[in-house]
Amino acid sequence: MIKTAPATTTAARMQTAFSEGRLTWSGLALTVFSILVYLFLYAPIIVLVVFSFTRDEFGVRWTGFTLDWYIRLFNNPRMMGAAWNTLVVATVSTIVSTIIGTLLAMAMERYRFRGRNAMEGLIYLPIVVPEIVMAVALLAFSAIVFDLIKLATGETLRRSLTTVTIGHIAFSISFVVVVVRTSLKNFDRRLEEAAADLGADSWNTFWRITFPLILPGIVGGALLAFTLSLDDFIISLFLSGPGTSLLPVEVYNRVRRAVTPEINAISTLMLILSMALVALSQLLQRRR
Amino acid sequence: MSDSIAIELRDVVKRFGDVVAVDHVNLQIRDGEFFSLLGPSGCGKTSSLRMIAGFELPTSGSIIIHGREMGITPPHQRPVNTVFQSYALFPHMTVAQNVAFGLEMRKTPKNEIARRVQEALDLVRLSGLEERRPRQLSGGQQQRVALARALVNHPEVLLLDEPLGALDQKLRKEMQLELKSLQVRVGITFVFVTHDQEEALTMSDRIAVMNKGKILQVGTPTEIYERPNCRFVADFIGETNFIDGVVIGRDGNYTVLETPEGLRFRGLAARPLSDGTSVTYSIRPEKVRLLTPDGALPPDGLAGTVMSVNYIGSDTRITVRINDRRIIDVWEQNTRSTLDRNEYWQPGEAAVIVCPPDNALVLSE
Repeated sequence: MIKTAPATTTAARMQTAFSEGRLTWSGLALTVFSILVYLFLYAPIIVLVVFSFTRDEFGVRWTGFTLDWYIRLFNNPRMMGAAWNTLVVATVSTIVSTIIGTLLAMAMERYRFRGRNAMEGLIYLPIVVPEIVMAVALLAFSAIVFDLIKLATGETLRRSLTTVTIGHIAFSISFVVVVVRTSLKNFDRRLEEAAADLGADSWNTFWRITFPLILPGIVGGALLAFTLSLDDFIISLFLSGPGTSLLPVEVYNRVRRAVTPEINAISTLMLILSMALVALSQLLQRRR
Repeated sequence: MSDSIAIELRDVVKRFGDVVAVDHVNLQIRDGEFFSLLGPSGCGKTSSLRMIAGFELPTSGSIIIHGREMGITPPHQRPVNTVFQSYALFPHMTVAQNVAFGLEMRKTPKNEIARRVQEALDLVRLSGLEERRPRQLSGGQQQRVALARALVNHPEVLLLDEPLGALDQKLRKEMQLELKSLQVRVGITFVFVTHDQEEALTMSDRIAVMNKGKILQVGTPTEIYERPNCRFVADFIGETNFIDGVVIGRDGNYTVLETPEGLRFRGLAARPLSDGTSVTYSIRPEKVRLLTPDGALPPDGLAGTVMSVNYIGSDTRITVRINDRRIIDVWEQNTRSTLDRNEYWQPGEAAVIVCPPDNALVLSE
């Protein structure tokens, strides 16, 4: 009797809520549905994270807590090599795409020129083009360029970290442009006039006024580019050469053989890194 | 105030596409004067200012600052500084950094920068707020920072683009007087853009009234108010009664006109006008006298009926109907303090208005 008392109270409370109109059947259904959708989204991820700490070597049953898989991961030269490659590619592609993207955004935001509308449409295209199309195109393009270089110099080039990096730069630029343009739109151009009026040439005006004020947008764009590069699979798979695979590709190769908690561990680490970066970029843009 | 010329605009035209913003403007602004460009929005006053600052280049004509033809000289190389309507303070810098910016750009030595920033902030009474950010300041304080940021550079000319527009009425009046006394103290030429005629009258040594890209009249506040040279200026500055008619002759110093219904008025004309010229007669409401009728009409008198009486404290504003189509506004100063209703005009009362010809203007065009 005592144990059922709270349930009765809950039921009674719901009864009151219903009669007072605070709770409706449609409202209840919506709540349940929302919870299910979120479970659908996050349950697999939660399971993944949890089973990166299980003792079970197949990572499907909970047999106790361990950090072994993380330790084993850090001692795995192939995984660590792939992780290092990934970080290098992400860093280089982020720096290059941020610079190019920022310059593009400034040009499109500032100037009216012939072909501007076409340029505007084309810069956003890579965001909607299926990545597989981008990947095939980049692969074919690199083959043609290699052939031309061989013809011109006799040098034989292979796909490498460089080709992957170029691929990542190609798709990151669009995202950087989108983010930087937003912060440029909010930038008051009269501040640049004021700076010029006070004797600043265009160089000083940019570095003292414009750049510090749009920096949150640039950093936001850079973090987005970094995150995208970090977890890119298709372009990385197509453009990397032998022995230079990136982390997502390496993980895929391992999974094809067997899912071990080690895979769960590396996935968890990538998840945390990506989430941290996205959170940081959101934070920076909100401060703007 | 010397007679040397600080700024000269020679036949300046500015077109934006098909729109002529500034239409063949000629203007000379003297050294050390407080000069206002006054006109409704879109009259070309801001475009003129922006061309002096170098933010826009004239389509044709030339701008000369202290004898130097500006040509395509960029803003950062011109000996002028601007106070913007929006203030345009740098949000990521403190007040002190904002004020120091111009000196830093001119590579002024560090200790001199510190001294002059302090001086400028003292001048606008903002000492103590050096480390604040612009968004932590009130509108009036931001306004002062903008002033200090410009004045610290000791510009030859200070350009002000409706700098008081964003302030509330009371603060605005205060800043008007403060700005004027500041200008007298620093002795820099001020070019002030405004659409507020009272503001222009209060502060300026001289005013240029603009409309549709053209300068209509340049003169002292008194000249602009008392001797407007056209209907637009008379209408834009202050309030006035307009009566249309044609010239029918002269009477001594005065030009006589007749309205379609046969009323006659006398007033001063800027130049002799031949008979039959269409003109506008203008008399300001405070210059019309209102009398109680006693038999014969005095010279320049017209019989009428009081329509409405508005007591506004310093003045009483009365509208008087003279005939079916004409109503004349009369403002009487309340020089006596009384609660006696009979001391004031009453609606419906018969009255005689007198328009002294020395107080009235006959405007052609």
